[in-house]
Amino acid sequence: MNRLSIIGITIVIIFVLVAIFAPWLAHYDVGATNLAMRYMPPSAAHWFGTDATGRDIFSRVVFGARISLEVGVVVVVVSAFVGTMIGAIAGYYSGWVDSLLSGYLFNVFLAFPGLLLAIALVAFLGAGLNKLIFALCIIGWVGYARLIRAQVLKVREYDFVQAARALGAGDFRILLVHILPNAIQPLIVQASLGMAGAVLSEASLSFLGLGVPPPAPSWGVMIEEARDLSTLQAAPHALIFPGLAIALTVLAFNFIGDGLREYLDPRQRRR
Amino acid sequence: MKHKLFGLLRRIGFLILVVWTVVSLVTLLIELVPGDPAVAVLGEQATPEQLVQFRVKHGLDRPAFFFGFPADPNGRRSVKWYGIDNRYVDYWVAILHGDLGKSFRTDQPVIRLIFERYPATIELAIAAMLIAVAIAIPVGVVAGKNRGTLIDNSLSVVALIGISLPSFVIGPMLVYLFAVKLGWLAPSGRFDWSDIILPAVTLGAALSAILTRMVRSSVIEELGEGYVRTARAKGLSERAVVYKHVLKNGLIPVVTVLGLQLGVLLAGAIITEKIFGWPGLGLLLVEDGIGKRDYRIVQGCVLAISTTYIIANTLTDMLYRWLDPRIRVS
Repeated sequence: MNRLSIIGITIVIIFVLVAIFAPWLAHYDVGATNLAMRYMPPSAAHWFGTDATGRDIFSRVVFGARISLEVGVVVVVVSAFVGTMIGAIAGYYSGWVDSLLSGYLFNVFLAFPGLLLAIALVAFLGAGLNKLIFALCIIGWVGYARLIRAQVLKVREYDFVQAARALGAGDFRILLVHILPNAIQPLIVQASLGMAGAVLSEASLSFLGLGVPPPAPSWGVMIEEARDLSTLQAAPHALIFPGLAIALTVLAFNFIGDGLREYLDPRQRRR
Repeated sequence: MKHKLFGLLRRIGFLILVVWTVVSLVTLLIELVPGDPAVAVLGEQATPEQLVQFRVKHGLDRPAFFFGFPADPNGRRSVKWYGIDNRYVDYWVAILHGDLGKSFRTDQPVIRLIFERYPATIELAIAAMLIAVAIAIPVGVVAGKNRGTLIDNSLSVVALIGISLPSFVIGPMLVYLFAVKLGWLAPSGRFDWSDIILPAVTLGAALSAILTRMVRSSVIEELGEGYVRTARAKGLSERAVVYKHVLKNGLIPVVTVLGLQLGVLLAGAIITEKIFGWPGLGLLLVEDGIGKRDYRIVQGCVLAISTTYIIANTLTDMLYRWLDPRIRVS
């Protein structure tokens, strides 16, 4: 593991701890407005200052980590599971099943700009956390499917798979017990980059007003609220802290993904 | 030659299949609207007559697809065949006539609204791309030439930060710095030539980071080739070696990424246009479409953006094959 991935892992651990212990870390109600205290700069009482309606930015950033983590974990787990299943079927059966799945279905999903598809889905379904997660899973699974298909194509030619078949194991058993455990290693890299993507997409959609509706403290919502000119003028920290939170989280998952990829692919390590 | 023609036909066939799927998805998206789209657009206080009139005007009174599962008066659902008298066919017939329907709010033809906004988005995407290339090539070359040194490591970290910083963080920060604090540029709009600078930098930042990484690894790879040793041996300056020989070969993968990223830029432009009030397709989609629940405009914009994306990708792929004959053979 290189130094950058250790930094990444450290940031992610902090991010997870903050999300878990949010109620103990935040001293203020995330929705409590106090117009007398608006646009306060960072101080001992309000570590990150207050926003245009006097809400405590530190508390909101802390609770925002929960939303990001929840969306990230659910989206990655669901899309990795669905993608692995579909990819494994395409790779294992090949023939017309593979032509239909990887030749047509994968390519159709890859032909669509992911963010646009998510925007379109939520625009019609209506905003909300569950719908946002659903839309991100719809655009997320194909990356895993493509990866697992390629892995399964490779692994199914190995001798131990032939041996299992000779012993009379069924397709389901061969795929689940023999092929998949040997094929999912690169999935970890994809999952780490997928977390970065999901956190970013959640914030993007919330920024566009298509994610978690305000006053929920999603980082994307906070940035959207902080970017009007009077708030920028009076309280640039309302933009900077949630922006830093997003950037650090995404950066951390990218560091981990890059580090893992190098670790798993010795050809890259030499460079 | 015959082989080549077959390959081209196959690609075009697949392109048509993908476009067909995308158009079908977009036409059927309106079925996802919870409840009645007419109520969603006109509001709860609309009279039954207004709702009926609205549905008839926009063809929403007709069945959505060739078949459906309508409930009979007893609440039981059964499959019913409608034939070609349905909205899906209507939409296709209209599209083939160059008609994307009328706005639910203003009755303006959606195709006209799209053509009005399209040039602004393309202008922004191209400007973003030019900025990204102008940053990425020199930075990538410097990093690649000094591989493993402090310069390379710090440039690589900066590039990774550029990839991780979303446009909706960079954009408002640029507005704060250049519009609010320094007062050099306007915070939003498209009136003066200088208005494109901030949106283009915002949109191009992530791309320039991606390209920098590509140029860097390309330069590293090419510097190890035999022809570089030859060029150096015949006494060419290091500058000529890098810019005349290495860069020429190293730019092939960069061109591909550039083409593929054009589509990403078009999708990313949605957010950038919202930040800067840039009157392109993205702003049309977000403000007039999603913001006002004008589903016809949403359909039209999604269709326009995704079709551009698909065509750009196909052209890139063809350009790549033409540039690098090795891919053509395999």
